[in-house]
Amino acid sequence: MAKHKTPLLDQLESGPWPSFVSDIKQEAASRAKNEKGVQYQVAVDCPEDLLGVLEMSYTDGETHWKHGGIVGVFGYGGGVIGRYCDQPQMFPGVAHFHTVRVAQPMGMWYSTEFLRGIMDIWDLRGSGLTNMHGATGDIVLLGTSTPQLEEIFWELTHNMNVDLGGSGSNLRTPASCMGMSRCQYACYDAQELCYNLTQEYQDELHRPAFPYKFKFKFDGCPNGCVAAIARSDLGFLGTFKGPIKINQEAVAAYVGGEIAPNAGAHAGRDWGKFDIQKEVVDLCPSKCISYEGGKLVMDHKECVRCMHCINTMPQALRIGDERGVSIFCGAKAPILDGPQMGSLLVPFIEVNKDDDYQAIKDVVESVWDWWMEEGKNRERIGETMKRLGFAALADAAGIAADPRHVQEPRHNPYIFWKAEDVEGGWDRDLAEFRKRHQR
Amino acid sequence: MAFISSGYNPDKPMENRISDIGPRHFGEFLPPVIAKNFGKWDYHEILEPGVLCHTGLSGDKAYTVRCGSARLISVTHVREICEIADKFAGGFLRFTTRNNIEFIVEDKKAALDLKAFLNSQKFPGGSMKFPVGGTGAGVTNIVHTQGWVHCHTPATDASGTVKATMDAVFDDFANMKLPAPVRISMACCLNMCGAVHCSDIAILGIHRKPPLIDHEYLDNLCEIPLAVAACPTGAVRPSKVELNGKTYKTVAIKEERCMFCGNCYTMCPSLPLSDGEGDGIALMVGGKISNRVTKPAFSKVVVPYIPNEPPRWPTMTKVIKKILDTYAADAHKYERLGDWANRIGWERFFEKCELEFSAHLIDDFRDPAYYTWRQTTQFKW
Repeated sequence: MAKHKTPLLDQLESGPWPSFVSDIKQEAASRAKNEKGVQYQVAVDCPEDLLGVLEMSYTDGETHWKHGGIVGVFGYGGGVIGRYCDQPQMFPGVAHFHTVRVAQPMGMWYSTEFLRGIMDIWDLRGSGLTNMHGATGDIVLLGTSTPQLEEIFWELTHNMNVDLGGSGSNLRTPASCMGMSRCQYACYDAQELCYNLTQEYQDELHRPAFPYKFKFKFDGCPNGCVAAIARSDLGFLGTFKGPIKINQEAVAAYVGGEIAPNAGAHAGRDWGKFDIQKEVVDLCPSKCISYEGGKLVMDHKECVRCMHCINTMPQALRIGDERGVSIFCGAKAPILDGPQMGSLLVPFIEVNKDDDYQAIKDVVESVWDWWMEEGKNRERIGETMKRLGFAALADAAGIAADPRHVQEPRHNPYIFWKAEDVEGGWDRDLAEFRKRHQR
Repeated sequence: MAFISSGYNPDKPMENRISDIGPRHFGEFLPPVIAKNFGKWDYHEILEPGVLCHTGLSGDKAYTVRCGSARLISVTHVREICEIADKFAGGFLRFTTRNNIEFIVEDKKAALDLKAFLNSQKFPGGSMKFPVGGTGAGVTNIVHTQGWVHCHTPATDASGTVKATMDAVFDDFANMKLPAPVRISMACCLNMCGAVHCSDIAILGIHRKPPLIDHEYLDNLCEIPLAVAACPTGAVRPSKVELNGKTYKTVAIKEERCMFCGNCYTMCPSLPLSDGEGDGIALMVGGKISNRVTKPAFSKVVVPYIPNEPPRWPTMTKVIKKILDTYAADAHKYERLGDWANRIGWERFFEKCELEFSAHLIDDFRDPAYYTWRQTTQFKW
């Protein structure tokens, strides 16, 4: 017998897509039964109370969660999000319902042993509900009480050898695509670079010292599966300089219909015979491809590496050599100054594990130094860039101006010249001026 | 229930404390075929919806079966996923950035058997536990936020709108018949934890009433200068009010300047915006993240407001389905939703999708607004 009637939520149990309502009910039933005899450390019926408070929101169209309180573990300024219900008398099981963010493995690969270990902790010490994963990438453990926080942290670090993620004005939990682990497009080892920088900057991740949040994301190639260009203050996108490698026999196999284009991604509809002119050559954004006499020809110097031809014929075309990353700075969602994409800061930088990625860390740290000096409270670096100009950031990061930095040059002539840019400086003599020009 | 200590001693918090260890190294969690062919993959194929085959330079093949999940999942559900991984996939699995679950198996037959098994698993309420799909030119899982389940600022629910939407577009999750991938994202307020600003279709919770001011408590709960500074339009200013003969330090709000972003509420809990009548959903379309063919692009607001209609948001799902179906019928192969709208023109987009255009859809927020107005004689009748 359910603790609360949930006629609205019950309507979300039908339909093909996995129902979170059914799943929460399943967890509620499992805790009520408690076949394993777990000594639940938070209210046994908190999944029921979560359904109850959610049903209330479905009825009145308003949230019933209070503004977060400051809770956390000793020595850290992030990783736990305080959350309290605004109707604790009606729903005591979720009166305290704090979130714990746990650092996810890069590429989100798991052994069942590790996942079960996390679940055992959350069964004992939390609500039994999770998000796999949060929007930034963390494992999100949803709902526990304040006295459990240090216990959870202890068990995570001692028993699972894993740490909390980030929250607040600090480095947020960095995330990467699956990179080289299962993708032939990865221009660098996105997971390893992400892991290395995450370990290097643990202090910045756990102890807020920034003007506002700061996100790193690592995409292995310009396809951008973790959205680095849209969702990270510093986005690392794999790229290459060498020519795309062409296997003409495989090109012929695509043209002949022996291999399905786009890895078979369009197989659900009859789009007709593959037309290499229409589907590859004509769609090339820099028009650097032609198909002549049964051969695919590329003017490699003009390629902008959009990945379309490679995505369309993955068995015939492969990414070029001389690989590295482009670094983009300043992406963010609209709050407050409108949405921003990352702007290209470093067109190409080597990803060199042998020197512990020093060149990349130099860029990161000079960017941070500038932002911590210039950024206002709660100002994302993208907003600081807009306020002070891209050139100020590039200058601080020690990066010389490059036409690749812009889509097109400026539309206005209001250049902020400095005295040292101008012959003779700015000190002028009015008396001399008046000798040449009467009042 | 008796308190069970982990070993932590509250009197000596630093005793045997372990901190700053970061995540586990991913190398510990790679299935053998993935570890062996790391960095040495040659190409991939999508064998059928939800089933991928990656071939290594070694000739090894890794078969992946991908299924959806609700993201908000229970310990019981995760344990069931683990049982499946143990039984079919050598004790390993991965999650995608869009909340799908992937199992790696060794041959095609095992992949197809696993697909059939996953598709057969259902919750008692009737929904599928592990629907297979989310590959290629289709709709994949929705990335989303917490909503009414766990957040203090939402203007709508996340899990419910996502469930309703995925049910409505499920056919395109389980198949690959669209012109290109369609990425749907959901954020339950303008803070956009879900960063839906670059999605083919974005579902966004919005507020439409300015904050209430809880004068009696404001000065106790908030730093007034921070609340004032939080307002991007300068609508909040320090003020004083008399209530029951007592003077309170508080703020005043120029309501006509409010853009309903909720940033003041983030800084000050005495300025709540949530309102059952005021809140609802805006739909945005035409964003993308990939650099393929065209540049990454922002999503554009095409429906300024749809009321919250829990539990299934029928107006919202109807509009989404109409946009998706119109795109599917009209776009060229490989053309993303935004590229299609750009090609046919947004005036044509509104006509074909039978959407009303209103003044709310003309940008008036700061400099970028100008670049969205039309400065050419090229437009369509």
